[in-house]
Amino acid sequence: MTSIGTGYDLSASTYSPDGRIFQVEYANKAVENSGTAIGLRVKDGIVLAVEKLVHSKLLVPGVNRRIQTIDRHIGLATAGLLADGRHLSNRARDEAANYRDQYRQPPPLKNIADRLGLYVQAYTLYSSVRPFGISTILGAVDKDGPALYVVEPSGVFFGYHGAAVGKGRQLAKTELEKLKLTELSTREAVIEAARIIYLVHDDAKEKDFELEMSWIGDETNGLHLPVPKDLQAEAEAAAKAVLENFE
Amino acid sequence: MFRNTYDSDNTVFSPQGRLHQVEYALEAVKQGSAAVGLRSKTHSVLLALKRSTGELASYQQKMFRIDEHVGIAIAGLTSDARVLSNFMRQQAMSSKMVFNRPIPVNRLVSTIADKAQVNTQEYGRRPYGVGFLVIGQDQTGPHLYEFSPSGNSYEYYAMSIGARSQSAKTYLEKHYESFEDASLEDLIRHGLHALRETLQQDKELTINNTSIGLVGPASAHETNVPPSGPFRILEGDVVQPFLDTMIPKDTGAAAPAPAAAGDEDVQMAG
Amino acid sequence: MPMERILSPNDPITAPKMPSLPASSTHITGTSVLAIKFKDGIMMAADNLASYGSLARFKDMQRLQAVGEHTVIGAGGDMSDFQYIQAMLDELIIDEFTAQDGHSLGPAEIHEYLAQVMYARRSKMNPLWNAILVGGVKDGKRIWKINLVLPPRRFLSFVDLLGTTYSASTLATGYGAHIAQPLLRTAVEGKEDILTAEDALKILEQSMKVLYYRDARSIDKYQVATITARGISISESRRLETSWSFAEGIRGYGAQTQ
Repeated sequence: MTSIGTGYDLSASTYSPDGRIFQVEYANKAVENSGTAIGLRVKDGIVLAVEKLVHSKLLVPGVNRRIQTIDRHIGLATAGLLADGRHLSNRARDEAANYRDQYRQPPPLKNIADRLGLYVQAYTLYSSVRPFGISTILGAVDKDGPALYVVEPSGVFFGYHGAAVGKGRQLAKTELEKLKLTELSTREAVIEAARIIYLVHDDAKEKDFELEMSWIGDETNGLHLPVPKDLQAEAEAAAKAVLENFE
Repeated sequence: MFRNTYDSDNTVFSPQGRLHQVEYALEAVKQGSAAVGLRSKTHSVLLALKRSTGELASYQQKMFRIDEHVGIAIAGLTSDARVLSNFMRQQAMSSKMVFNRPIPVNRLVSTIADKAQVNTQEYGRRPYGVGFLVIGQDQTGPHLYEFSPSGNSYEYYAMSIGARSQSAKTYLEKHYESFEDASLEDLIRHGLHALRETLQQDKELTINNTSIGLVGPASAHETNVPPSGPFRILEGDVVQPFLDTMIPKDTGAAAPAPAAAGDEDVQMAG
Repeated sequence: MPMERILSPNDPITAPKMPSLPASSTHITGTSVLAIKFKDGIMMAADNLASYGSLARFKDMQRLQAVGEHTVIGAGGDMSDFQYIQAMLDELIIDEFTAQDGHSLGPAEIHEYLAQVMYARRSKMNPLWNAILVGGVKDGKRIWKINLVLPPRRFLSFVDLLGTTYSASTLATGYGAHIAQPLLRTAVEGKEDILTAEDALKILEQSMKVLYYRDARSIDKYQVATITARGISISESRRLETSWSFAEGIRGYGAQTQ
């Protein structure tokens, strides 16, 4: 890597001669080392799914969640440094509460993504802080219907129909592109999301993983909730079956 | 000591996206003597090895009571632990004041994890140099959490931190499936066995160097425990009956090889 | 009765528990809230009137509000302060929801929180001008030793603008504290574990009717909240059947003939 040893890569407040901010690029490396997270925006809802790498069999399964709830109708999944993810989701909750305080309405996701983008960007400006080592998928069903955004370590954010961050994002994106997302129901999207996470998980290289999924839609009354146990089991069974046929 | 360009500052990512200062702080935890935690359906238990600087010195304090229902065992910088445990006590008190509710254990752990995260991102600070095992009981039952300087916290069936904790972990991984339904006495015995794995060759567990902390109903060896089973620390003579339950180890060939430094996972990412 | 008499906060005749208003400013206010314990939980009633002084200004005010899954609050007094409290509690419930950790605030916790807020505000000489009933049912404590969960517990408590709190099996705010409370006590005390939802509804209906006859700041349109272990239901607005024929003989009522 040409950046190393030049001295231009030691601070977020330093450009390299060719106009790059290496600290932000390194922050992206932290994201790339992490388990994959995906988000699907479909006809009537949102599904979030993460590949939670299990570093010890002593962990209690089902807790230690990587998908966070921001407001009744907003979910957030991160890839990267776990503690940074908690920091940003706390900030997101504050922003959502602040919006409600001002407007007495549930915040539209665009607004929250916008505010979080500003917040994350501020951590790319100064040598006194480091950027966030996370990419964040935000999903919600708000007054305009389902919405999905990704906020990156640079502070930039885009809206998506299907989003993938973390180690397996390339393969996951390819799989997402094959789906007719605008025609899927939220329930169908849960099955697809499980399949994609199982597909991108590299059995050979990686430790065990736990699939964590949440959804927002008519079936949840517009609330962001974990996918119910029976549906999750069904989705995992289907995912495993597809993989076996695939191999 | 190994040095590189990206390790002097916690506001700098290495080209691989790692935070060396945080990883070094995790090493500080391993400088402290070991602590072990386990939980069953009814109890959570902590066990810790206390060090003493010499014959004339007292033993260190490894456990702190936070509230009726929560306690911690520490490994690493004791002074950092005192700051964080004070903060935990304030949080617990505030929950009691505002809601008249004992603070849910997971939320208490999250507050210090969030506090620790800030110290990994802002200049002019260092990450905390201490790890906790936190036990407690609330509406959702007994719990065991690990808190670490990286700002992460996880819930475990059983866990160990501190010097040579890998040996204890190996023991726990072998036996953890039986913990859920274990009696309190069995749980503590497993804990002592795990803690024993972290000892240096010529040392053994005694009433002087062993602390036991627990929540849940009283054991057969305890007296005057309220029915709610609040957090309590057992030290000195009351530890003896528990030490007596230990099964002597096979001596000779089976002596544990001390874990090599740096063999433990540095778990930063999810 | 002169206006000042009703509105003075120090008037011993005006309900001691009913926040009365400083005569200098005009507020939108609600009157009594009633609540009782019954066999399966708590039942609460309040009418739909929000008054502007003595003017019946809004007739569709909902003064009963669900807070989370286990609790209902009912408020008398200043309605804008009540709306502020609703927003505050909503934020609290969202915080609780977003934690997604199996913990939730029950009526006892919400009452404690409200009491702290009300007392803090009055200590800053800036009280929230309400009297509030907090009722609910939440699963009982778990006893670890025998792995037993106690049956759901009923909770009913009062808090007002001073931060005063108390509990009883029947509670009433405002005018209801004078007029309805004795009726409720007679009907409920000692029978908390026997009364059915049907019985409870009758008792509240009767008391609401008496209040409508007696309280000039009330109307005959009201709602009833029922909280049991199964959850919360707040009824649509309903009407009281009243008859005013007896009043014909009363001097000062209707057209004067002499």
